[in-house]
Amino acid sequence: MSDIKLNKGFLDFVYDFYKGMKEHEITLAYEGEINHQIMKTFTSLAEGNMSKNDESELLQKKVYHVMVECLQNISKHAVHPEDEADLEYNRGIFLISRNNKVYNVTTGNVIKNERIIYLTELLDHVNSLNREQLNELYKKQLREGHLSEKGGAGLGFIDIRRKTGEELLYKFLPLSGTHAFFLLTSTIPRNF
Amino acid sequence: MDNLILDEMDDSPKVKFSHENGKLELSGKSLPEDVSTFYQPILDWLTEYSETPAGETEFTFKLTYFNTASSKLILDILSILEKMKDDGRKVVVKWFYPEYDEDMRDAGQEYSEMVDVPFEHFSYNP
Repeated sequence: MSDIKLNKGFLDFVYDFYKGMKEHEITLAYEGEINHQIMKTFTSLAEGNMSKNDESELLQKKVYHVMVECLQNISKHAVHPEDEADLEYNRGIFLISRNNKVYNVTTGNVIKNERIIYLTELLDHVNSLNREQLNELYKKQLREGHLSEKGGAGLGFIDIRRKTGEELLYKFLPLSGTHAFFLLTSTIPRNF
Repeated sequence: MDNLILDEMDDSPKVKFSHENGKLELSGKSLPEDVSTFYQPILDWLTEYSETPAGETEFTFKLTYFNTASSKLILDILSILEKMKDDGRKVVVKWFYPEYDEDMRDAGQEYSEMVDVPFEHFSYNP
């Protein structure tokens, strides 16, 4: 009988989860491995949904781009199998929410604490720049080719920021002495 | 040398490089899982081509999407074309963008400022 009680608590959780999704206008939520295949699946799913909702082609393209960049940031961490803890690095959460003004693309994944300073400085810097400065920084990064390094996410963040015109919202939540959970939300206005 | 032909996939562009008439075209989407692996044969072909190019080289970009990882490789392609031009070869880049897509239009503008190669920009109705 204890199984039934457990299930009832579980179903209550599912209902709360459903209510929370409605309240925050979340149209897609995922937790699990994030790899290239998953990225392709979600981007084509979102493309289909947006086109059904008659969103403009330019908006669809921008949301698609933000999804690709954010999901690839996570899936690319999977290429360092020598580090045992990295097994968790290609997992994460992925959410899309929307209201009548914006789309939000949110990702969350486990990172090493030593990345926090780098990411904070990078995101604060990118957030502080205007369109022209972002274009200059993008070109500089392209020319100097920092892509293959683990910090290569820089180009993605710069590009999201300049193509959406919105600041990137982020938060680090401590998980342990060595790891943290990195949450990142990109906002794409529905009217350009 | 052989022509380079690659079919379009859901995450990689169609490649159609013809040595004899100098018409080279990259079209579709570019967000491959590993950009270096995908683009290396393209850069190798282009480097070899640049030794004995056609009288006139016309490189057409007709991409509907590329991710930031691909953007570096596109610059690598343009750098090879720039070197050909510096060597006295006749080279032109034709940059096509869907008419609604200001980001793809701006990308063409940006690349044309980064390399010294003649660029022509065209919008089209996809």
